[in-house]
Amino acid sequence: MIINHPILGPRDAQEFVYLGDASLIHRPDGMTASIETFHDYTYLRDNPAGLHRELWYHEQGDRSWLVVTRNTVTHEITSVELARDVARAEGRSK
Amino acid sequence: MSQSNRIAGGQIDRSKTLRFHFDGLPYLGHPGDTLASALLANGVRLMGRSFKYHRPRGPISAGSEEPNALVELRAGARQEPNTRATVAELFDGLTAQSQNRWPSLKFDALAINDRFNSFFTAGFYYKTFMWPASFWEKVYEPIIRRAAGLGSLSKLEDPDTYDKGFLHCDILIIGAGPSGPSAALTAGRAGARVILADEDFRMGGRLNAETFALGDQSGADWATAAVAELSTMPNVRLLNRTTVVGAFDHGIYGAVERVSDHLPEPEAGKPRQTFWRIYSKRAILAGGATERPIAFENNDRPGIMLAGSLRAYANRWGVAVGDRAAIFTNNDDGLRTAVDLQAKGVDVVAVIDSREGGDLLSGIRHLRGAEVIDSDGRLGLSAITVRQANGKTETLKVNALGVSGGWNPNVNITSHHRSRPIWREDIAAFVPGSGEIANLLVAGAAGGTLSTHGALVTGDEMARLALDSLGLTAKAANLPKAEDAPVRITPMWYVEGSSRAWIDPQNDVTVKDIKLAHQENFTSVEHLKRYTTLGMATDQGKTGNVLGLAVMAGLTGKTIPETGTTIYRPPYTPVALGALGGRGRGREFKPFRLTPSHKWAEEQGAVFVEVGYWMRTQWVPKAAETEWRQSVDREVLATRKSVGICDVTTLGKIDIQGTDAGAFLDKVYANTFSTLAVGKCRYGLMLREDGMVFDDGTTARMGQHEYVMTTTTANAVTVFRHLEFCRQVLWPDMDVQLISTTEAWAQFSVAGPNARKLLQKVVDQDISDAAFPYMGAGNITVGGLRARLFRISFSGELAYEIAVPTRYGDAMIRKLMEAGAEFDAVVYGTEALGVMRIEKGHVAGNELNGTSTALNMGLGKMVSRKKDSIGMLLSQREGMTQADGLRLVGVKPVNPADALKAGSHFLKTGAAATAQNDDGWLTSLVYSPHLGHYIALGYLKNGTDRIGETMRAVNLLAGTDTPVEIVSPHFIDPEGERLRA
Repeated sequence: MIINHPILGPRDAQEFVYLGDASLIHRPDGMTASIETFHDYTYLRDNPAGLHRELWYHEQGDRSWLVVTRNTVTHEITSVELARDVARAEGRSK
Repeated sequence: MSQSNRIAGGQIDRSKTLRFHFDGLPYLGHPGDTLASALLANGVRLMGRSFKYHRPRGPISAGSEEPNALVELRAGARQEPNTRATVAELFDGLTAQSQNRWPSLKFDALAINDRFNSFFTAGFYYKTFMWPASFWEKVYEPIIRRAAGLGSLSKLEDPDTYDKGFLHCDILIIGAGPSGPSAALTAGRAGARVILADEDFRMGGRLNAETFALGDQSGADWATAAVAELSTMPNVRLLNRTTVVGAFDHGIYGAVERVSDHLPEPEAGKPRQTFWRIYSKRAILAGGATERPIAFENNDRPGIMLAGSLRAYANRWGVAVGDRAAIFTNNDDGLRTAVDLQAKGVDVVAVIDSREGGDLLSGIRHLRGAEVIDSDGRLGLSAITVRQANGKTETLKVNALGVSGGWNPNVNITSHHRSRPIWREDIAAFVPGSGEIANLLVAGAAGGTLSTHGALVTGDEMARLALDSLGLTAKAANLPKAEDAPVRITPMWYVEGSSRAWIDPQNDVTVKDIKLAHQENFTSVEHLKRYTTLGMATDQGKTGNVLGLAVMAGLTGKTIPETGTTIYRPPYTPVALGALGGRGRGREFKPFRLTPSHKWAEEQGAVFVEVGYWMRTQWVPKAAETEWRQSVDREVLATRKSVGICDVTTLGKIDIQGTDAGAFLDKVYANTFSTLAVGKCRYGLMLREDGMVFDDGTTARMGQHEYVMTTTTANAVTVFRHLEFCRQVLWPDMDVQLISTTEAWAQFSVAGPNARKLLQKVVDQDISDAAFPYMGAGNITVGGLRARLFRISFSGELAYEIAVPTRYGDAMIRKLMEAGAEFDAVVYGTEALGVMRIEKGHVAGNELNGTSTALNMGLGKMVSRKKDSIGMLLSQREGMTQADGLRLVGVKPVNPADALKAGSHFLKTGAAATAQNDDGWLTSLVYSPHLGHYIALGYLKNGTDRIGETMRAVNLLAGTDTPVEIVSPHFIDPEGERLRA
């Protein structure tokens, strides 16, 4: 596969490490969340046949975490964004 | 030695003669020959024995689809089994042996299997070798493997090298028959970067095997001229002897180039094969078509082959497979073979045409509405029996029979993303389903356009489509005039009979087997394949698959499209594992990393151990030491008595800076770091989000906003990745920067009562206990060179870790050893390191096993509940906080003379050794030279409260049952006085 890195352009998927569902961005606050909420965050994932937003890490490259939108059926990649930008846009800060 | 079956013509170089051996006998051939064409030229039709029945077999094809003519090519370490004689390029001195026969090809003892064929039908293995289970590995499998098999391996190391390579292009064109070069010319002339790959050594595909004219040239000459023009274009790369084996994602194709397979051995510096990864923007499949047979009784005798192949041997290689030939066909293409053979002077005895109508051949006996119903000949074809339209049977003496059941487009690559081909009634064949592989176009016969004219036109058209989509402009094409005959076929799959008619000769699958599968309800194509083995092994059913499923369709009353096909998967043809491995074998299997003291350690005769990619000193034997334990015990005792030095560079080192660095560490560590004083270190425990322990290490605060983290050697990469995730994704606005400095610093542990005295001789600053207390950290200098010092201990002794820039690591180890001479300093390796950490009760890899919590390790109080950190909340789950859960304990044998066994489980005295009574297990054990007996760490249920209890350490595999005492995990200096000395 080829991932079109937003900064570095098209790069072979072998340079990346896969983590999984981009829902991992939405980590609950451990001081206020219930164990059940945290359990769901940690263990529960959708497994769609179709578009999937997922986290990839450019380990053999610039160490960017990316959110890649990939069709799990065709492997077509329709969007690649810096995960930091996505996380900020989705409300994460510090 | 005479080439009795060689006839005029062909693209072989008769000015040169090549000598070769098959089964020990010498033969002659010419450059341009394959092993199969040369053997056929020498009158050798018998080349192998079949898989199950050991039936005599010869080639049925002239290409990579060959199921029968598999040989062991070459001898010695280069011997290669299951090589298709039909694509093995002849070279001078080639040797080949037939396979799956004993004692000889002409007399094979296991041909007796053929007599018992009724036992060997579909599902034979499933039904026969079932009981008893204990017979499977020892009795049945060896017998089956010997009897049914393909070639044998040399079992010697392959002396050749294999390469991997990367290519980029605008348009990859797969196949160089008429459509491939047509596309390549259009694309190349327009300036696109083109790769044209073909599996044959001579480009041209079917054009080399036909007598058609293209314009005023022969097909072969047109192909030669096209290739010559392409070879002058700097933007075109021609890859012959290169099979595109698979379509992968995003325009990436895999291809194997047989760089040196046509040579006795590779030229100096050249690989045997290269596996190319081709990155294309567009690809055009121009892979042609493969002929399929018609099944009839005893249709597997040497001399019976696909009609187009019979024609190819005559036209391309100047070989008449037999001097008296017949053709059995259901379509017009079979007629071409008859005409071509007759033109070559072969006596064409009859054309047996299953169709009632159509054009009648002139000058050849053309029987219409007729069938071949049987054949004869022990080791090769000598006669066929023909049933004419009026029912009359007749025996014809022939030694070659060409069979044509139609042509199957080579759709394989279009199915590599699971698209199923679709049936086209008019040509009675499957053609590619559309659009499943992005940016892949199909031209020529592969797409169902079976005429030469159609191939040239579609090749040009597909190139134009590709160019257009890439924004390139095509020039006017100059296509030659070529034959444009329509496909005229009346499908006809097999001739009904009472004996065996072969569908898949490689796996000995007959029409009867398919009937049996149907009878036993294995009617889906996927079941049919697995039950009968139809279409498995080296040829993957290139000639037989469609025939098999058509027979099944007939039996079930479904249509062929309803019956469907199995999915084609990569690779298109077999790929040697060597080509996939490339240079990655032996020492190059994975990268290896050397510590800064490696050279020095080598000089001392150190024994090294692989730790991940690292080579670490395991121990350093002295001259008199013959057992490893002698060296390790000495290193431990000398360190505890005076001072020892260990290269700890391999531990991960991460620089963490920024105004939020402390707050960041509070989030990633279970304990608190924001409160750590500048100039101090602290042991840190890192959890995974699920609450299990991820990693541990010491982290020092070097400045207000600057920390240096250490990780375990094993997790250096994954911890860094995790920290980047936390920094970029979870808390993107934190002001914190990370950089891995594992390679930047050479770091040495200096441990033992004399550690300070030694180091004080080396460093420029005062490092007295008052100036540099326990858990101190700071930037210092060594003879003016910047360095870092940490007062931390893994061994339990007074200890420091000193770091200098990596390029000074070699000088540093020499300096430390020189300064340590007066203290009898030793270097200790990973074994002594392990002994000392177990004596001290520190956890390491065996305890940090991914299923252990801080509580298990006795470190539960380190998990701060006052702040949120990764894994904090889930570490508090009910199941992970049970009072009687596993706890880290120390273990020693009740009888000090007893050895302990790794992997032992703890059982109460008197309890039966069952899973229910299992109370935990021993994780790490060593012989402690300090204590003079074995000691161990382990996880024991409710272990902290069981200190002092006598239990048993039981290892059922080793057969040991040893009384042990549960003790504190701190075997030495439990109060930590040495550390603070």
